[in-house]
Amino acid sequence: MTNDRDAEARHQRPLPGPRLQVNPIACDARGLCIELLPELISADPWGYPIIAAGPVPLRLQPLARRAVAACPTLALKLVSRIGQ
Amino acid sequence: MTTRGYAVPSAGRPVAPAPGELRLIVRDKPLSLAEHVDQYGQMQAGQLEPETLIAEVERSGLTGRGGGAFPAGRKIRAVAEASTRARSSRPAGSSAAKGSTAKGSTAKSSVIIANGSESEPASSKDGVLLRHAPHLVLDGIAACASAVGATRAYLCVGHGTAAIAPFLTTAVAERDRAGLDKVRVEVITTAGRYLSGQESALISALNGHAPLPTFVPPRPAERGAHRRPTLVLNVETFAHIALIARFGSHWFRAAGTPGASGSALVTVTGAVDRPGVREIALGTALGEVLQRSGLSRPAQAVLTGGYFGTWLPLPAALAVPVSDDGMRAAGAALGPGVLAVLPESACGLAETARIASFLATESAGQCGPCRNGLPPLADALNWIAFGRPGPDIVGWVHQLADLVTGRGACHLPDGTAGLVRSALTVFAADLRSHAADGPCERSSGPPILPVPVRGSR
Repeated sequence: MTNDRDAEARHQRPLPGPRLQVNPIACDARGLCIELLPELISADPWGYPIIAAGPVPLRLQPLARRAVAACPTLALKLVSRIGQ
Repeated sequence: MTTRGYAVPSAGRPVAPAPGELRLIVRDKPLSLAEHVDQYGQMQAGQLEPETLIAEVERSGLTGRGGGAFPAGRKIRAVAEASTRARSSRPAGSSAAKGSTAKGSTAKSSVIIANGSESEPASSKDGVLLRHAPHLVLDGIAACASAVGATRAYLCVGHGTAAIAPFLTTAVAERDRAGLDKVRVEVITTAGRYLSGQESALISALNGHAPLPTFVPPRPAERGAHRRPTLVLNVETFAHIALIARFGSHWFRAAGTPGASGSALVTVTGAVDRPGVREIALGTALGEVLQRSGLSRPAQAVLTGGYFGTWLPLPAALAVPVSDDGMRAAGAALGPGVLAVLPESACGLAETARIASFLATESAGQCGPCRNGLPPLADALNWIAFGRPGPDIVGWVHQLADLVTGRGACHLPDGTAGLVRSALTVFAADLRSHAADGPCERSSGPPILPVPVRGSR
């Protein structure tokens, strides 16, 4: 099945690190993530988070997980696969 | 492509439209079921193996005609596979699915949505297609329903074309009586907002929520309407599939270019002598397409792809091929096929400002950057077009455009930003004269591009 082929292909390529993703509908600009992870998240003029492009570096992953856990609207996610 | 229809052979045996002939809208009147069968022949949806149809659509190179230009075959396959997975992950006669992580454990069979909502104000091709060739669209839905194992199918018409809903319901009933389709198509009218025709908004409405875009994932192919794998394609895409199911991918590719196969419906509007919907072979030069609609007035630019689109300067862009890849190479997109011609006598900045204002009011207000960013972006454009722009305003516009891009659940902010950026480039000379001398005389002329008044749609 194509399914299995896809899974195989994913294993052969080195997995890219996880990425931070904001659900812009759920996000309410509470700003906790911006305070907890300024290395990767900055505020736009209205207080909404702007996420740095690219995967989260290994050393920042614990902080990223903390930011995700702190989001009061559950808008911030750490996703390991693009589109998930 | 010529504008004549192709002949129906006397023996009543239909033949595939020859290269250069119209495919989708062959007569200037609606085709009844009998006339449709006479024209194209009967399509045996049930006799087509799912894999055969999917592979044929893949080979045809057909891309979605609603604006995204995503390969249709790949989309159909994704839904067919998700649907198969959902069925096979359900152990027979037990409730062992509990605790299983299979996404499809709540899904049973798939759903089809034919999107004819056409919320793009400058487009009329979906309405024209549905009015002229309803059975081509319904055939395409039937073919896909059997390919993806759908048990429900919806044909969505827009608020603006809601008047054709009864006509379509009659067409569905005609097929019912003939026992044509396994899945009875439900005709529904979508809400009137610009964003209500967006794929995730249609699904949201069918699920009983507000007709507004949602945050994807989950992708519709995995979990869409009624939480089932859902195939959403534009009505024109279904019409092409109905013909591919009959005549094959080789026939389909006889029109168009290797990179952009087949024909497409385009809406030519603005400063042309004969505005309206035309079927063109993809890859036809923009100049030729516009000439066919009568380009007797001097024109300065063309808005391609609709209000999410891009301005291209004339005559520089006349050689650009009208196809997704051709347009992309020119920095634009074909989108849903809108080509709006701006005459010399109009002000491109004023037209863009009006469209930007429209798009800003159409923001659903769900996402902060769009809700906060589009109004000042539109205001700045209006100041440029109708006020006295200072030296900093262009920088401010670019800053706002960058701030909203990629930060919404749907593409409204990206589309608005792209439109505005292209206006500042294409109408750079006007921008300088507005900055130096204030609004030009042309900016107070009547609007060329239609901007619906809120509440009238």
